[in-house]
Amino acid sequence: MTRRFVAGRLAQAVPTMTAILVVSFILLHLAPGDPVLALAGEHGDAAYYAFMRQRFGLDQSLPQQLVTYLGRVVTGDLGSSYVYGRGTFRVIMDRAPATLLLTGTALLISILVAIPLAAVAAAKPHGARDVGISGAALALYSAPAFWVGQLAILAFALRLGLFPVQGMTSAGSAATGWSHAWDVIRHLALPAMVLASQEIAVLVRITRSTLLDELPRDHVRTARAKGLGEVRTVVRHALPRALLPVVTILGARVGHVIAGAAVVEIIFGWPGMGQLLLASLQSRDTPILLGLFLLISLTVVLANLLSDLMYAAIDPRVRLR
Amino acid sequence: MPPSTRASDFADLAPVAEAPSRGGSRRVLRADVLRRTSGRIGLAFVALALGMAVLGPSLAPHDPFAITGESLVAPSAAHPMGTDALGRDVFSAVLYGARTSLLAAGAVGVIALVCGMIVGMVAGYRGGWMDDALMRATELFQVIPRFFFAIIAIAVFGPGLDRVILTLGLTSWPILARVVRGEVIAIRDLDFVRAAEAMGAPASHIVRYQLLPSVMPTVIVALGLLVGQVLLLEATLGFLGLGDPGAISWGMMAAQGQGFLRVAWWLALFPGLAITITVLGVNLLADAFSSARAAS
Repeated sequence: MTRRFVAGRLAQAVPTMTAILVVSFILLHLAPGDPVLALAGEHGDAAYYAFMRQRFGLDQSLPQQLVTYLGRVVTGDLGSSYVYGRGTFRVIMDRAPATLLLTGTALLISILVAIPLAAVAAAKPHGARDVGISGAALALYSAPAFWVGQLAILAFALRLGLFPVQGMTSAGSAATGWSHAWDVIRHLALPAMVLASQEIAVLVRITRSTLLDELPRDHVRTARAKGLGEVRTVVRHALPRALLPVVTILGARVGHVIAGAAVVEIIFGWPGMGQLLLASLQSRDTPILLGLFLLISLTVVLANLLSDLMYAAIDPRVRLR
Repeated sequence: MPPSTRASDFADLAPVAEAPSRGGSRRVLRADVLRRTSGRIGLAFVALALGMAVLGPSLAPHDPFAITGESLVAPSAAHPMGTDALGRDVFSAVLYGARTSLLAAGAVGVIALVCGMIVGMVAGYRGGWMDDALMRATELFQVIPRFFFAIIAIAVFGPGLDRVILTLGLTSWPILARVVRGEVIAIRDLDFVRAAEAMGAPASHIVRYQLLPSVMPTVIVALGLLVGQVLLLEATLGFLGLGDPGAISWGMMAAQGQGFLRVAWWLALFPGLAITITVLGVNLLADAFSSARAAS
């Protein structure tokens, strides 16, 4: 991969991030209501308010606060949470593993389920199986994540009792080692499947349509003519090229996946960043909200960058544009 | 120069079922959309949602805020969708809720269409530095994670439908701008546009009579998918308690149902079902339109 291509893509990400930073900062400081009042209560004395203001740098002018903020962010300091009294970055990172576990599992499930389904659907376009799979995918794509979650709880947790309803571990459980891992897996299964269902819907649609573009091509026909079985033809000759655009699209979907994860976490009481977001919304914990927005935006920008670079690595035509 | 339409432009919208192609008269297209099962079902669902939004309040058997029965009554003849924790009729609330969702989605669609059209047309037709500058700005807006931007903006300015519309509109137009620009670039050097230019037609004429009709079909598909997405986002914001606290919305109802999953399944089932049917209708229509065009 040419160095210029990589450098160019990297250079594009910097102004984007700066803009996001400034926008989010301005937004949060336009907020009506005073975080100090929310924090110290309505009836504190003036000296205490002044102390709190100074402590969190709220007594400076807005441009000053922005400069301070930008300087700090560049050095990895996102300020202190009003509520937790600790570094924002630490508070968020404490929640990140749970969210990563959830999204990673969901992505894995969705890839494993969606690609075979798409291949089955594309094998006979507009046949009974295709109509069933594509229809189900579109219906899932049209359903809000919270509703899919609620239905899953109603059916699989409450009615059938297969899975626990809430949380990441059983309440009061002091289990360690394998039994702890098993407890987490049981709690993870339902939220991961709900989150996966949203991505399955998208992946099936994309992969099916790229496969349909690929299947009539000469190299696929040649493979068939050589007497290769249908499965091997699709897996070895059609799928690799059909999955190329999927790489880009997976990168572009990262924002959706994180948003979906936030909703799923709230529904299932999964102790990740989505739960933190909701709690911080309710307590007006500005630094946490800013930090979450920033880290999520950064992740989205990086994911786009990564999928662009990956696409260029796999498909040399992109680099030449 | 940024590349023309990329696959990732549609990634945000889930891809259009088939690759678009040009041609086919408007009447043939309309007939073809309705000949497809997906088109007919889509139209029926959308008509159902629109009907609820327009006629809902006059069809509702009860005032959705009035206590009309025992609390948490399962669906019955008197209350087809049961009652909530305060004994209010869920069916009436679902009917009233349609207005909020469709109003938000419609307004966001209009904002996105107007901004996206203008930016995409200018960037695609003028080209040069104008194109570069506009596309850079578009990319900046596009990369902002919509859902979280909306959450933060609403957290800042307080909940309300106008903020939902503004934040979602502000972050939705880039997708349409890119689609329009890609289409314009694909046709601006074709003979019929060149001919009009050679005859001295002003830019406004070319945009109105040459570019717009060719761009429209692709834009309609993208707009349809976008509106479907906005409906989901609006519902999710309502679910998080960030919608208009005074107006009934499906997302808000679903959130109220969340606390009663163990005892009253109907509270969560029906609002979510209403959203899903509406979004599915819009998506089916967009799909049918897209395949009808590919076939024509």
